[in-house]
Amino acid sequence: MHEMGITQSIVAIVTEQAAGRKVKRLTLEIGKLAAIMPDAIRFCFDVVAQGSTLDGAVLDIVEIPGRARCRDCGSELMLADMFDRCDCGSRSLDRLAGGELNIKSMELETL
Amino acid sequence: MCKTCGCDNDAMITVTNLQTGEAEHMDRPGPEQRHEHHHGDHDHQHHDHDHGHHHDHDHEHPHSHAGHDHDHAPQPAALAAVAGLHAVTIDLERAILDKNDRLAERNRAWFEGREILALNLVSSPGAGKTTLLERTIRDLKGETAISVIEGDQQTLNDAERIKAAGAPAVQVNTGTGCHLEADMVRRGLDFLRPAFGSLLMIENVGNLVCPALFDLGERAKVVVLSVTEGDDKPLKYPHMFRAAELMIISKIDLAPHVDFDLDRCEAMAREVNPEIRSIRLSARTGEGLADWYEWLRLAQHRITLGAAE
Repeated sequence: MHEMGITQSIVAIVTEQAAGRKVKRLTLEIGKLAAIMPDAIRFCFDVVAQGSTLDGAVLDIVEIPGRARCRDCGSELMLADMFDRCDCGSRSLDRLAGGELNIKSMELETL
Repeated sequence: MCKTCGCDNDAMITVTNLQTGEAEHMDRPGPEQRHEHHHGDHDHQHHDHDHGHHHDHDHEHPHSHAGHDHDHAPQPAALAAVAGLHAVTIDLERAILDKNDRLAERNRAWFEGREILALNLVSSPGAGKTTLLERTIRDLKGETAISVIEGDQQTLNDAERIKAAGAPAVQVNTGTGCHLEADMVRRGLDFLRPAFGSLLMIENVGNLVCPALFDLGERAKVVVLSVTEGDDKPLKYPHMFRAAELMIISKIDLAPHVDFDLDRCEAMAREVNPEIRSIRLSARTGEGLADWYEWLRLAQHRITLGAAE
């Protein structure tokens, strides 16, 4: 359950940035190839956020699809899996997207 | 339970120096409320003023604002209410693992400056990482200094085995944690102080999932897979096999007794990571160990060359 540790990092970063203000909404970007399960993050989030400034905040998770460029033919392709191959048959791919694990934004209460 | 203070917090991370028996806890508090507001009892004294005089003067006071600075800017909250806004969105654009990655880079720079070859050994539990290390320490004793950081959820067993094999070791117990992180390695280094040009083996917690995500500052990840496991593990745990530079297929002395297809396994590993190298060995019979030692020598040599450039 590495999602637990990752959720703790998320809450720690946001708590610091919010500086005591109440967080209403939090948006994360998680790549489909990042080996992180959004549902597990949601589950952990409710537990970890309890009693913090994030308690009760809405958690939005934007999933980023995997994308790569083939080193052999140069074309760009979508990656459903870590080990997809290019239409040209090559498995030598540079990953362009899908590994994201970012906190995109937070919405703070001002009233 | 913790040996030093007897506490029973299994989320606690402990780093034990096997040379001195000294144990240390890593304090990693959760994101608890940092802003505590203490509202003391305010004692407001109200005085009754008795204004018992009449104002019946009848002269004019010319009113002049000159020289007065009137600040009519509304409070931020009031402004938000006027605009109908109750919230403000702030872009953070922060990588969640940024802190670990930055600490890992510091470790990496520390290793580079000392020409230390640091390897992150990963596998499922029981694949034979510790046995391989014991054998490696005994065989390379006269050739290179080796020190070991052992990661396990509990017990000092593995670090004790390493120490018995003749290498300095530090045990990191992660409690409920399923992987090592860069700051734990840093703490281990404070204890170990590995020598210039030496070899540092970081034996991660037995787990093929999360250690792939956490950079420790190592030169390379080495994934160990034993023939008593499934030969399709590279496809089942592609993240780890993709992150590794070398795959060691261990316990090959048992290969005749199991259905593990060595060629098939290597082909699958290359499917997730076309550049991965593979070495087949048995730490028990010694078969294939020469290839492993050659790989280590080459990796050390590259570091020396890199430093000379």
